[in-house]
Amino acid sequence: MIKVNRSNITEKTAFFMIKSGAFIVIGVLLFILGYIVMKGASAISWEFLTEMPRKEMTEGGIFPAIAGTFYLMLGSSLISIPVGVITAIYLSEYAKNPRIVKIIRLGINNLAGVPSVVFGLFGLSLFVIFLGFGTSILAGSLTLGLLNLPVIIRSTEEALIVVPETYREASISLGATKWQTIYKIVLPNALPGILTGVMLSLGRAAGETAPIMFTAAAFYTPDLPVSVFNEVMALPYHIYVMATAGTHIQATRHLQYGTAIVLIGLVLMLNLTGLILRYRFRRRLRL
Amino acid sequence: MNENLKEEIKIRKTKKEKKHSSIIFDIFIEKFFLIIGLSCLVILFLIMLFLVKEGVPLFSKISLTDFLTGSEWYPTSENPRFGVLPLIIASVSVTILASAISIPLSLAVAIYLAELAGSRLREIVKPVVEIIASIPSVVIGFFGMVVIAPFLMEKFDIDSGLNMFNAAAMLAFMAIPTIASISEDAISSVPVSLKEASYALGANRWQTIFHVTLPASLSGIWTAIILGISRVIGETMVVLMVAGGATLIPHSIFDPVRPLTSNIAAEMAEAEVGGIHYNALFAIGLILFVITFMFNLAADYLSNKYKFKSN
Repeated sequence: MIKVNRSNITEKTAFFMIKSGAFIVIGVLLFILGYIVMKGASAISWEFLTEMPRKEMTEGGIFPAIAGTFYLMLGSSLISIPVGVITAIYLSEYAKNPRIVKIIRLGINNLAGVPSVVFGLFGLSLFVIFLGFGTSILAGSLTLGLLNLPVIIRSTEEALIVVPETYREASISLGATKWQTIYKIVLPNALPGILTGVMLSLGRAAGETAPIMFTAAAFYTPDLPVSVFNEVMALPYHIYVMATAGTHIQATRHLQYGTAIVLIGLVLMLNLTGLILRYRFRRRLRL
Repeated sequence: MNENLKEEIKIRKTKKEKKHSSIIFDIFIEKFFLIIGLSCLVILFLIMLFLVKEGVPLFSKISLTDFLTGSEWYPTSENPRFGVLPLIIASVSVTILASAISIPLSLAVAIYLAELAGSRLREIVKPVVEIIASIPSVVIGFFGMVVIAPFLMEKFDIDSGLNMFNAAAMLAFMAIPTIASISEDAISSVPVSLKEASYALGANRWQTIFHVTLPASLSGIWTAIILGISRVIGETMVVLMVAGGATLIPHSIFDPVRPLTSNIAAEMAEAEVGGIHYNALFAIGLILFVITFMFNLAADYLSNKYKFKSN
């Protein structure tokens, strides 16, 4: 009897600690987001979003950084989406040799584990210097695109796997070739799941700093970029340089908070869209 | 009649040709996709190649042992010295401290999600974990600078809040999603029959979790921890902004440090392309690449070796 009581107390204590741990994590997240929004909300205005910076970036807006981040997102997805989706299709629809699949998977996992600053070094030596693109949108987009490949491959694969095998069989039995089946039956059914991966990767491209530090980002540009060989301002790099370098670190705190809000807002919006798409996709296929 | 027959044959012929050409197209597509599919391996190889190409020339000027065991990093002084030991010690100590904070919290989240939470709370907590994963590291670093650093200075009466402890705390938070979500997958994949057997023997829920479910999912949890640590080692912006940046061997957790990643980010802009400093930074990149590569191989091995066959 006493023994039963003691194990009940142990259970209660353990569960209490586990629950506290989980809620501490949620609490910290809410605190970080809440604090930044509270401090920076006053900086957000239409002018802040749409105007060029003025007076050594102590006043005015962050439009060039928003535009630069947008260019990098677009550029990187031009690389990562086609290559990533095709790799995933190969792995889940075509590949028969388990050894090749295993090696490719190992490559993807290791690519996902390469530190972002190492991607930055790679981009610097290959794209900026060896291929002569210079510090540019092109070099930054290529670097971010390669960094994002594993994200797209994994979510596309996940989306392809849940498309029921019967769909493929029905298509093949109607005389369609393998490619026709994939193109007309499998891909349309997997589309929401693939879009989830696209959203997640766009969010990552927007938020990464280390890979673009040496390949694309500029402290300040007086004009918007006119070609892919121009360097650009970008939101995450803007936060970094405003917070650590320059002579007006304290005076521009509200602008730093404001930029952080814009970046978090953009990234969360992309990620939430991705999560919602995935949620609905899973529900639809379960029915 | 004859006309019709001729027409029919013609149609059949073109259909056959069409079918034939689409089969050829199919084979072409398969080969093309295989080539694209190998691109990840090619990229991985290229990364290694370029790190070696730019990093290895360093060792014609200083020896590998001097590089790894030298305790002075003064790349821009008149008599430059390139000893990465303080940077390696910084990386290792920040990583250990961050893991000590992150692992218990992450496991709490994982056990909570897999075993304790009702389905409605699960629907809330799970996206929260994914949102943490998506917050840009520069924002976490910024938060550490403007909020945690002044707080630490005041609380512990230290000269600077930008130090090892601050960096470890921020990194711990960033590692939570990786460790928690992979552990949760492992815990959830333990077959129900094992738990039922435990309950049938009179064990309560905690005893079942502690003595049956967790041991059964241990290899998955190890995979999660290894991947989490690998992420902490490679994280750059947080340590660049928050760790303090001193290239000294730390004596307390409130000393400023400069881990490997932040050293690359901090100095690349001032290093002359092709110069010895530039080579040294790529050599550091190579060290990072090798470390994270080993961690990922270990994680891959573990997760393949012990896995419950999903039923």
